[in-house]
Amino acid sequence: MDQEMINRLGDELYAAFLSRSTIKPFTERGLDITLEQAYQIQQRFVARRLDAGESVVGKKIGVTSKPVQQFLGVFQPDFGILTSGMLMSDGNVIDLDGLIQPKAEAELAFVLKEDLNGPGITAMDVIRATDYVVPCFEIVDSRITDWKIRIQDTVADNASCGVYVLGDVKGDPRKLDLTLAGMVLHKNGELYSTSVGAAVQGSPANAVAWLANTLGELGIPFKAGEVILSGSQSELVAVQHGDELECNVGGLGRCKVKFDGRSAV
Amino acid sequence: MKTTLNREAVIRLCERVEGAQTRAYAIPKLTDEYPSMTMADGYAIQTALRKRFIEQGHKLIGWKAGLTSRAKMKQMGVDQPSIGFLTDKMSRPENSVISTADLVHPRVECEIAFVTRERLVGPGCTAADVLQATDYVLPAIEVIDSRFTGFRFDLESVVADNGSSARFVGGGRPRYVDELDLPTIGAVLEKNGEIVEMGAAAAVMDHPAEAVAMLVNILADMGEELPAGSFVMSGGITAAVAVSPGDHVIARFQELGSISIRFEE
Repeated sequence: MDQEMINRLGDELYAAFLSRSTIKPFTERGLDITLEQAYQIQQRFVARRLDAGESVVGKKIGVTSKPVQQFLGVFQPDFGILTSGMLMSDGNVIDLDGLIQPKAEAELAFVLKEDLNGPGITAMDVIRATDYVVPCFEIVDSRITDWKIRIQDTVADNASCGVYVLGDVKGDPRKLDLTLAGMVLHKNGELYSTSVGAAVQGSPANAVAWLANTLGELGIPFKAGEVILSGSQSELVAVQHGDELECNVGGLGRCKVKFDGRSAV
Repeated sequence: MKTTLNREAVIRLCERVEGAQTRAYAIPKLTDEYPSMTMADGYAIQTALRKRFIEQGHKLIGWKAGLTSRAKMKQMGVDQPSIGFLTDKMSRPENSVISTADLVHPRVECEIAFVTRERLVGPGCTAADVLQATDYVLPAIEVIDSRFTGFRFDLESVVADNGSSARFVGGGRPRYVDELDLPTIGAVLEKNGEIVEMGAAAAVMDHPAEAVAMLVNILADMGEELPAGSFVMSGGITAAVAVSPGDHVIARFQELGSISIRFEE
């Protein structure tokens, strides 16, 4: 696959993002795409957003749980780039009008106070370099028809990034048990799922360390001030107009989000 | 609650369950022979079993709520919780070896246990009453063992079989309830060094104290109360995991420490 093809596929994703429409999975087109090429397509897709005026605000880690890794047939997470247009901060209301086929995930977000330059980064470095952690919701979205993704499709599609909301409570990771902290998710006042931090690569800090090392190998900067969505600790939740979600992390606190409008699908 | 079994049938079924429990063999579920058996019949058989054990010198030390989480109800195909009694003969210390020789098909689950310092009386007992009457909470591993063939049963049969109660281990770190946010306490169950189940205590009826209140109200239906000093297990946070000789199980809890046990023939 040459650079021209990579650019074309990245542009196709960007066009789908702009028009809120979906495209046929790349992996069903007889293309032989490596994971490395999928990340190059992602870079093109993200570059188009940056050219249009957005800036890089952080990273997201995906495919962090065993069931999702088994489903996609991979043994490691993936990552995507968070851009300024993805942060929803208007009273924690998410406007579904801007999304295609959204699903919500409850997570822990890390905010760095120091650069993390991999390789060679451990979970201990992650704790040291973390300013604070917050409970958050990531609303993943896919530009691929019916979420029929293989790992190359979701990586190219910027790890299925949609939008995200950060909670108000900031926690010091030195005062928390990131591995064993419970994650309780309610949908419209009813218990939806429970889990713990360990669901994410054994601990969310392990996922962030993996990210630092992977970015280091790829020469992608990982800077102080960036937000890292460390991976879903809940089941995926389908959402529609009027839905309210609340996640509550043991020892930390809550993040609430409300959904408004209609997604494309 | 309506009963359908006469005294003679209750005694006969009680003896059948007692034989299966003490000599560790599987029997067909009781409803195969008595299809119209009710929950009240199940509790009548359980009560006969409890009185028989106490006559034999076993000491009643508390109760357990069972089938209190969605995960457990789904796993067992039932739609309401149940209770069972606990005696000193079922208790095992932490870091001990539990013999599988006298069990049929043991499974383990992690739970939050309550020790009471005031008596609790239903009906109308609430979670707030339970918290008020609680001396301390601690983590527990319950070893359940349905005596029914293939672990397949209905609620009536499982109640007669004392809610599949077999062994239990209280341990870890005792805590005052007012120092904890119980619903968000995370728990991880590891078997032979691998995480096999995860969850948070909210999985148990949104709050484990709700399960204890429910238990007190079921006791009231049977004309019983929960005396001060009782040990009460509030129900599995996760689905139950099968264990075999040679298995090493650790339950790790946020804020409450851990419990380790081994199984041998």
